[in-house]
Amino acid sequence: MSGIDMAIQGGIWALEVLAIAVPIALSVAYITYLERRVIGWIQVRKGCNRVGPVGLLQPLADGLKLFLKETIIPTKANKLLFVGAPILALTPTLIAFAVVPFGETTFFGVWDEPHVMAISHLNVGLLYILAISSLSVYGFLMAGWASNSKYAIMGSIRTTAQMLSYEIAMGFGLVTVMMLSGSLDLAEIVKAQAGGLLHWYMIPLFPILIVYFISGCAEAGRTPFDLTETEELVAGYHVEYSGMWFATFSLAEYGAMILISLLTSVLFLGGWYAPIPALDIIPGTFWLLGKAAFLVFVFIWLRATFPRYRYDQMMRLGWKIFLPWTLGWIFVVGMFIYTPGLDGIINFWLAWR
Amino acid sequence: MLKRAFKTWFLWELLIGLSVTGKYLFKKKITVEYPEEKTWLSPRFRGLHALRRYESGEERCIACKLCEVVCPALAITIESEERDDGSRRTTRYDIDMTKCIYCGFCQEACPVDAIVETQEFEYATETRGELYYTKDMLLANGDRHESQIAANIAADARYS
Repeated sequence: MSGIDMAIQGGIWALEVLAIAVPIALSVAYITYLERRVIGWIQVRKGCNRVGPVGLLQPLADGLKLFLKETIIPTKANKLLFVGAPILALTPTLIAFAVVPFGETTFFGVWDEPHVMAISHLNVGLLYILAISSLSVYGFLMAGWASNSKYAIMGSIRTTAQMLSYEIAMGFGLVTVMMLSGSLDLAEIVKAQAGGLLHWYMIPLFPILIVYFISGCAEAGRTPFDLTETEELVAGYHVEYSGMWFATFSLAEYGAMILISLLTSVLFLGGWYAPIPALDIIPGTFWLLGKAAFLVFVFIWLRATFPRYRYDQMMRLGWKIFLPWTLGWIFVVGMFIYTPGLDGIINFWLAWR
Repeated sequence: MLKRAFKTWFLWELLIGLSVTGKYLFKKKITVEYPEEKTWLSPRFRGLHALRRYESGEERCIACKLCEVVCPALAITIESEERDDGSRRTTRYDIDMTKCIYCGFCQEACPVDAIVETQEFEYATETRGELYYTKDMLLANGDRHESQIAANIAADARYS
């Protein structure tokens, strides 16, 4: 490859990364706005509507405020780790978006074959996501350790334990998706669900969808599982953080929320396909983003509805309920696939037979 | 037993909770957007103090100092002298609004309805000193709100 080709390729990559990272940052900002409005409405309030038309400039004002605030680094903190932790928490969330397939396009007819709209069309995309999303735990662990504070270390221990526990249930849940689609490629998984609502994996894998979504809730530290930032711990692992570094943590939390919503749509809700094949004339990206937006709304709805779990209850849910359920469902799906007579039922969703 | 298991595994109660919040999402909002909209104030509302006058323009206060005595926060300071026409009047009547707890005892203690609390509550200032109300300021408050004060006292009269 000549130097010019490499430069062009690099430029294309940079554009692709920007095309994903900038909308994520913007949508995180506006999800905070949506969250405040929706929770307000549910509590029979109006929510923030003062800054700009119906409050639409509120996220910008919040961002500006956080940006102008002083970043305080405690004297006894380990400065390198303290500064590095938020970045390490945010980066895995962002780079996990690299394999999310946003749809298929022929680029307005320029290409003959439709291409998958993802920064990297990886044939082990699901494995990549599992591997990458576990990395953000290190950021939270580092944050607690580097702060040199009792509250922060307790919070980070809780966060770590919580994320590790629920990752196992999530991982086992995804095994059933692999069993049905016969692929680790996210685009292939979506293509295996082509053909309308009944072909989506949410039909045969409904319990796994619920388990995956709730585990995603716990993974992102969202409200029934926000033990990481409870009052008794002051604020969990980010007690000592302020200003932009604090914002980076919440960026990671909301980024994880978007990622979980997108993945749930891709894995269980038919990705970029419309519920009725006739509606596929609307571009698939809109369907995927619409499904993800609905799931983000469900996240907020859950937050407005449920009180926080106690720590032992949360651990019990993760280990004693979700894990057996996912393991059991792997067994059920496997039994359906390999039992003569039963395989007729599951063949409807089976892409590889 | 079976019913209970059904409810547990189908997340029945969680769904009920979600449906309740889902309904409230579309309810009419009860927010009062304060600077533009305000809530109704009772005639007994206890806000900024005022010293009243009679219709002749003579100030009501007779310097009996009952309000000063009853004030639990010791916010009122009164000094009095005999005026040239022989009547006893205050020379100084100060209320420190930073001390005042807005209990309304002064208003109740006053035998001539001189010291009253108005419905005015938007008098935030930038310095503490500005919250030290002297006699002139209190009399000015009374002149400014007299119609409202009279109406409120009339509205409350049949209960007192």
